[in-house]
Amino acid sequence: MCLAIPMKVVSRNGGTGVVESGNVFYEINFSLLPDAVVDDYVIVHTGFAIQKLDKEDADETLKLYREMENLGIDHE
Amino acid sequence: MNKYLEEFRSEKAARIISDQINALQGNTRLTIMEICGGHTLTTMKYGLHTLLPETLTLKSGPGCPVCVTSTEYIDTAIALLQEHDVIIASFGDMLRVPGSTSTLLKQRSLGRDVRICFSPMDALSIAKENPGRKTVFLAIGFETTAPGIAVAIREAEQQGIGNIAFLTALKTMPQAMKALLSDPEALIDGFILPGHVTAVMGTGMYDPVIETYPIPGVVSGFEPTDMLASIRTLVEMIIAKKQEIVVQYTRAVKKEGNTAAQKIMNEVFVTADVSWRGLGTIPGSGLSIAGKYSHLDAEKKYAVSLPQQKEHPGCICGDVMKGKKTPNQCSLFKQQCTPENPVGACMVSAEGSCGIYFNFGRIHGR
Repeated sequence: MCLAIPMKVVSRNGGTGVVESGNVFYEINFSLLPDAVVDDYVIVHTGFAIQKLDKEDADETLKLYREMENLGIDHE
Repeated sequence: MNKYLEEFRSEKAARIISDQINALQGNTRLTIMEICGGHTLTTMKYGLHTLLPETLTLKSGPGCPVCVTSTEYIDTAIALLQEHDVIIASFGDMLRVPGSTSTLLKQRSLGRDVRICFSPMDALSIAKENPGRKTVFLAIGFETTAPGIAVAIREAEQQGIGNIAFLTALKTMPQAMKALLSDPEALIDGFILPGHVTAVMGTGMYDPVIETYPIPGVVSGFEPTDMLASIRTLVEMIIAKKQEIVVQYTRAVKKEGNTAAQKIMNEVFVTADVSWRGLGTIPGSGLSIAGKYSHLDAEKKYAVSLPQQKEHPGCICGDVMKGKKTPNQCSLFKQQCTPENPVGACMVSAEGSCGIYFNFGRIHGR
């Protein structure tokens, strides 16, 4: 119901900041996530950062998928 | 490359997980509901349903804000244009939603001032750039969108912007889920739960639901491997008769949610009984503007006269959102009702079931 995508924080300026994904840049509002800093990944919805993306957690999940893919190859 | 987005679309991992689901489920017939329109979109766009067992039925729920917007709300926005000559500022997909006699898009083609916003903050800019006119922002959405709208309302108050108001139709999930589950015809074995709503509200939001109606649910991310992993966990839980809420989308969902967002929602809004298109009025299932900010509430600020509310008698949007019917069971689907000329709101939005079936159903043979 609430389309939102992860974007990387490239700069912060008071209550706002600039985020980037796939070389597309947006200025968004950080009132709901005041602690976000440059290099954080944040979930962006209607011009607001609504939550931080946990990079370690995301990398862990991706590692699991890669392991799964490699196991898949062994079975073939 | 969109970091942390496309990486969750591995076809190989998706096939492996779907094989696991097929092995797990066997011949057991199960029905699960994805509440969020974003999940319906992922399912149909990537053809996930073609990878899943035939014994597993996926149903779409009421989680598309445009789809559940009442006819009366659109009629009110149109009356504000006609009777008060306001600027209507709105998210883009509201423009095609049918009111009783017209749409905002038709009104715009007749010369009325309807502007599209990417963010609720854009409405403040519109109001400031047009000091001699009145601007009304169409404040729709669920718990994901409500906090940003709360920020805009508080900002309008703090900056003393006197020529803006907000017409709210904000909705919240827990009471709507209870309403769905209270229907004896619902027959839902488990829920795929909305990832971004939960990222804001935290997992505790489901406690009142499962206390009354014990049922398993998995809070899911929106990429294909997210959804398949969530479905696998959900099927496991249904078979094991585990009735709890589990989070798959752990990279964005924390137990406590976003407390700053919850705080501003509580400051700016109060719980209200609201009307859902197709589902009727559900007590406590929405938000309206709190007393402190009531001078920014368009409903209190402007009196309007509304036409007799009218919806197409053949439209089955309500049954689609309750998971009772699929879009292709509607006699209007693809005939009278298309994304170009939608009869029902479910055909309008990118997250509406009928629009999704129209756009992606052909590709995957449905």
